Amino acid sequence: MSADSLDSSRLDIPGLGAPADTEWETVVGLEVHAELATETKLFSASPNRFGGEPNTHIDPVSLGLPGSLPVLNEKAVELAIRVGLALNCRIQPSVFARKNYFYPDMPKDFQISQYDEPINVEGWLELPTGKRIAIERAHLEEDTGKTVHIGGGGRIHEAGYSLVDYNRAGVPLIEIVGRPELRSAEEARQYVAELRAILVAVGASDGKMEEGSLRVDCNVSVRPMGSDRLGTRCEIKNVNSLRSMGRAIEYEARRQIDQLTSGQPVEQQTRHWNEDDGRTHALRSKEEDYDYRYFPEPDLLPLNPSEEWVEQIRQGLPPLPRDRRFRLAEAASAVDLDHIALAVERSMDDLALAAVAGGGAPDRVMTHIVHNLAEGSGELAPEALAGLVHMEEAGELTATQAKKVLAVLVESGGTPQKAAQELGFEAMDTGEIEALVDRLIADNPDEWSRFCDGDNKLTGFFVGQAMKATQGRADGKAVTQLLNSRRG
Amino acid sequence: MTAVEIASGVRSGRHSARSVVDEYLSAIEADEPEVHAFNLVVAEQARARADEIDAAVAAGQDPGPLAGVPVALKDNLCTRGMATTCSSRILEGWVPPYDATVVEQLHNAGAVFVGKTNMDEFAMGSSTENSAFGPTRNPCDPSRVPGGSSGGSAAAVAAGFAPVALGSDTGGSIRQPAALCGVVGVKPTYGLVSRYGLVAFASSLDQIGPFTATVADSAAVLDVISGPDGRDSTSIGEPQPPVSDTLADGVDGLRVGVLVELSGDGIAPDVAARLQAAVGALESAGARVSDASVPAAVYGLSAYYLIAPAEASSNLARYDGVRYGLRVDAPSTPDMNTATRSAGFGDEVKRRIMIGTYALSAGYYDAYYGKAQRVRTLIINDFASVWGQFDLLVSPTSPTTAFSLGERTADPMAMYMSDVCTVPVNLTGQAAMSVPYGVGDDGLPVGVQILAPALGEPIMFRAAAVLEASL
Repeated sequence: MSADSLDSSRLDIPGLGAPADTEWETVVGLEVHAELATETKLFSASPNRFGGEPNTHIDPVSLGLPGSLPVLNEKAVELAIRVGLALNCRIQPSVFARKNYFYPDMPKDFQISQYDEPINVEGWLELPTGKRIAIERAHLEEDTGKTVHIGGGGRIHEAGYSLVDYNRAGVPLIEIVGRPELRSAEEARQYVAELRAILVAVGASDGKMEEGSLRVDCNVSVRPMGSDRLGTRCEIKNVNSLRSMGRAIEYEARRQIDQLTSGQPVEQQTRHWNEDDGRTHALRSKEEDYDYRYFPEPDLLPLNPSEEWVEQIRQGLPPLPRDRRFRLAEAASAVDLDHIALAVERSMDDLALAAVAGGGAPDRVMTHIVHNLAEGSGELAPEALAGLVHMEEAGELTATQAKKVLAVLVESGGTPQKAAQELGFEAMDTGEIEALVDRLIADNPDEWSRFCDGDNKLTGFFVGQAMKATQGRADGKAVTQLLNSRRG
Repeated sequence: MTAVEIASGVRSGRHSARSVVDEYLSAIEADEPEVHAFNLVVAEQARARADEIDAAVAAGQDPGPLAGVPVALKDNLCTRGMATTCSSRILEGWVPPYDATVVEQLHNAGAVFVGKTNMDEFAMGSSTENSAFGPTRNPCDPSRVPGGSSGGSAAAVAAGFAPVALGSDTGGSIRQPAALCGVVGVKPTYGLVSRYGLVAFASSLDQIGPFTATVADSAAVLDVISGPDGRDSTSIGEPQPPVSDTLADGVDGLRVGVLVELSGDGIAPDVAARLQAAVGALESAGARVSDASVPAAVYGLSAYYLIAPAEASSNLARYDGVRYGLRVDAPSTPDMNTATRSAGFGDEVKRRIMIGTYALSAGYYDAYYGKAQRVRTLIINDFASVWGQFDLLVSPTSPTTAFSLGERTADPMAMYMSDVCTVPVNLTGQAAMSVPYGVGDDGLPVGVQILAPALGEPIMFRAAAVLEASL
């Protein structure tokens, strides 16, 4: 099978289905905020680091002190351009703007963002199924601090007081705005998973949803199947994992369908996903939305990256997940495509490719990567993996032994031959196995006679005894064959 | 003594920095109660700093080009460990943890800070009457205003409290009070002096500059505070030649235009007469003078009073009671924000925040802020075409001499008109300065404004030196 003819149906991941409704279509557009993996903040020299004692990663600029001025972090711009290129965007001259609204965790009471002239526009992202989702824009902006409500169970309305931590204030974000072209919770999940893989691959972000370095707002609407007009949307906030995003979208679509089928219009709202009760709750209506009074940020110059710089960044881009999947699928053609996707997601595609290139059988290589290397490949070298697969193919190691050898290679590197030797996994010669089987028959006359009477379940018993007697050195297949030939 | 004379005397050991600062501190002690130029005087700190300078000289070190020169700082310049109030209740008690770039530069040049000067709250005003701590009076006539918003700095130099003061100029806030107090005041090209540590009023218009008694002193100070600063993205990246070096080069052969739109209607006859005298002096020195027209300049004031409040509405949002300065407690955070801002800001600041918020609102942006920005572009283009024919332009700095306290406080439009001659240059980013040129019929100082293209400071100072010498 060629890489171009990837069978999309085989990449479907079970678990999340569309609302059980054939008359309504769910329409989803996602706004993803990703923290950029810079050393310092977007406009100051304070460290960009998760956690830390409250208010220790701060300075006059990230506190918005009177008289402080922003200075743009060049590394953040480079990472934003990397993301733009990876998402097939046009990189254009851009302008920073102030988004004005009062909030205690926003030190200047405005956020420096990009508005009508963002850095990246008009791109697309391809889902593993081959469907392309248009990206409207991917722009730079600064993050806010965090407010902690003390007392009243941490809820703002019952809290005794609130504390603000500005460590996160000014951390660089890229906001990636996708067009409403996703048609199910599952597609939304695939989109975010793929986007995250791209962000990680280009070194732009660590993509950790749990630590909040990747945050997703979901715009959800529904419409009668076959309609080409968009319904009224609601924006869902506070989804903190792929799983809760799927649940939130499904709940919200169901809610809107129920609303419409009972004759009530959907009101345009911002809604809050509550993980505990599994529902979305209205936060504010369109009328209550802020007027952000955007205007160009006078303290920063327009951003105009040179073509040479953009080209240089393009040249330095690593292969993207989509290309890596194609490449691995081509090299390991007989293998399950889910496994290909998983290998790329685990960043073990280079290892797999090198092991296959080194002569390792693709199916065995991929089996190890998918089933035995979930915790990482550690010190395992590609040649060692190829060698291990060779030894298995040649019957020098049993599957059980291979797994143990692999664990040693991951832990401390080296060659599979040496590891096998140290574990005492010398292959048993035929005479040795025959002697072993004969001894087991002699030691277990009852089991043997039942086996001879046709109780095949006892194969397992004898193989188990053989393994026990040899500490796993015996090849289960060879033992079974011998038992059958002795039975006659 | 001028600042240049003080510094050369201190560096050569002819006199001590301590004796100089003591002299200025006694002048402050004597006359400050009447003038009220300062929000804060740091006499002990100034004496200690002067002793430090003297010790350095005694040890054979050179403390720098402004060795021992007492300097007063407008109270919107951040000073580490020294309260910075912007003459507002809302910043009461706030002590900056850092120094503005200009403060650092002056310190490194050997300057001695004597205090923080009074101003219109957040630099919004033209008379220094909008200070939360009471008005400053004009040292030339205590019944008159010193101008504003840097009225405290202008008055400090005029009263002999310091040979040098720094101010900030967003729409004329250095040049207009300099004219009204009879001192030299400079608004440098936008980006020539770092704004880092200047509490922002309108970021695209604000610029720091000196007040001094002489043109040469302003040149010396400008040479210290100008230059690239990595902490201000709008700072000009390349160092510029020192202004002091070419001060004496004269104006022979320079083409000088009288800016007709700012020199006719609305200008008091006695002020216009002084401008004519200045033109005569420039001609006598060899300049070729003719009328110059910048038609769009007349729209400057309207554009300014939308752009400046719009930026201010955003810049002043941070005074919300959460992190520093005043907090008036209330049951919820939004209520606390409102209570704090209602109590902390004065009327003029509130007026401008409201105008600016309105000008940026959805549905009004194009009609107000957007249109004002287009007018700004028009003014820039009109000036650009004039610079092909002229090296410098001149106009009055202020339409009138100093007005009486209280005279314009009830009429914001009359107050705003005080800035009509100075505002266009802030919109274009060009250089301009005010040079005292005699007195009007009331015996009060009149200033002449010299306008130069961006980075035209060297030529501008040559003309200023010629005017100063012709008096």
